[in-house]
Amino acid sequence: MEIIKPLSQYLAVMVLSPLLLGVINRVKAFFAGRRGHPTLQLYFDLYKLFSKTPVYSRTTTWVFRAGPVIGVSAMVTVLAVLPFAGRPSFLSFEGDFIFIIYLLGLARFATVLAALDTGSAFEGMGASREMQFAVFAEPAFFLGLAALARVTGQTSLAGMFGALTGDTWRVAAPVLVLLTASFFIVLLAENSRVPADDPATHLELTMIHEVMALDHSGPDLAYILYGASLKLWVFGSLIGCMVLPRHSGSWASDCALFLLVMFVVAAAVGVVESSMARLRLIKVPYMLITAFAFSALALIFQMGR
Amino acid sequence: MHTFAELIIVLIILLDLALAVTGSLSSCIRLVALQGVVAGLLPLLAGAPHPRALLFAAVIVTLKGAVFPWLLMRARDQSGARKDVEPLISYPASIALCIGAFIASSWMGSRLPLPETQVAWIVPASLATIFTGFLLITTRSKAITQVLGYLVIENGIYIFGLALFVEQPMMVELAILLDVFVAVFVMGIAIFHISREFDHIDTAELSELSDWRRAGDAK
Repeated sequence: MEIIKPLSQYLAVMVLSPLLLGVINRVKAFFAGRRGHPTLQLYFDLYKLFSKTPVYSRTTTWVFRAGPVIGVSAMVTVLAVLPFAGRPSFLSFEGDFIFIIYLLGLARFATVLAALDTGSAFEGMGASREMQFAVFAEPAFFLGLAALARVTGQTSLAGMFGALTGDTWRVAAPVLVLLTASFFIVLLAENSRVPADDPATHLELTMIHEVMALDHSGPDLAYILYGASLKLWVFGSLIGCMVLPRHSGSWASDCALFLLVMFVVAAAVGVVESSMARLRLIKVPYMLITAFAFSALALIFQMGR
Repeated sequence: MHTFAELIIVLIILLDLALAVTGSLSSCIRLVALQGVVAGLLPLLAGAPHPRALLFAAVIVTLKGAVFPWLLMRARDQSGARKDVEPLISYPASIALCIGAFIASSWMGSRLPLPETQVAWIVPASLATIFTGFLLITTRSKAITQVLGYLVIENGIYIFGLALFVEQPMMVELAILLDVFVAVFVMGIAIFHISREFDHIDTAELSELSDWRRAGDAK
């Protein structure tokens, strides 16, 4: 019977993650005074794309076809490790935070290879930018998780977030605030949200992540879109577990509260997107260096106490 | 209560980082003012505030939060200089130096034979603030940012004093404040005069006397 709860958590993540993008778009539409597309739009898109036949260019090889599949399966594996509402998932072991960083790296690597495989100049440009920003985003993320491991004294994600309680916030509030800020910046950059990249842009010269998916069609594009929504859930749930350290006895109320926090995080992303202009490409690394500085400070604080 | 004081210390360090990366002169002035105000409020959190401490905090907040920014903004407007700080090194390098300074000062803070402080990181934060002041003085090319760096150093020394003494000797603090006030006043006037004489306040150009020229470029 103990398997049912983690399994239903996992299923909930798989089903609900496209809803986050819907929430972001609703918030953006509200701020712009538009009606916006329906909250469930991504589900319709995915359904439509899955029923289409993919088109492959003759210059592409198996690398191009493997890219989206590897990307989405890496995300699915990450989510099997990631705790839900501070409760462990079914796959959790010591040091698994390094494992998820490598899985995220693998997904990025597969996407970039697939983009380069098309031979298109635009996609190569997008791939190069994606890698350039990853150089700054990954150390920030890694140091942040290391600081969190130091705060809680655990090395598995489930252990870290399980040990994170209201008392931890009372004792180490500065560290946790810094980490939350750092993770939020990394979330914006990794999911190509506004200050780093504009997901709604249609000019290849300014796109980063979207430009790499230009040649994908049908189910491949659906995998990419679904993988992107899962990635948003990964980073969002790290923030959600961080700001929601309360573990009441009841599983149902914890999960409901956690889902609410996830949608609040999505709404926060939407507010940031509607209230900020996108940074110039040269300035994006500065933003990520700021996130790195936050993580580094959090780690130093924790070591010094 | 201590967590709150620690949050303020973190805020001071983040303000140091922000000062290291801010490109606009006016937001630099505002950040320095904010840091001064935050540092001035810090002793009130230590316990039940003494009326004298309250008065002193009020003086600090008015001077650092209102008078200094006003004087500096006035100097900035009158000098007619460009509105950015024109750093000599890039912003990532500034931030890396700042973080390095914080690492070094947390090491130094653990080595210094100081009385036990109640708030963690107050010594490293003060040392890092002093270092940020030096960074502003050495790597920014305007006279006005040197005044700002001087003010940041003063903030750092003030926080360091908080770490050392439970209660400040009021006369000493007031005397320091008066010194700083006069210094900022004089520097504000000096910047205005420099820019009127030389049409700029770039310190790199101020290394030669105006009536002395090298033999080559005599006109």
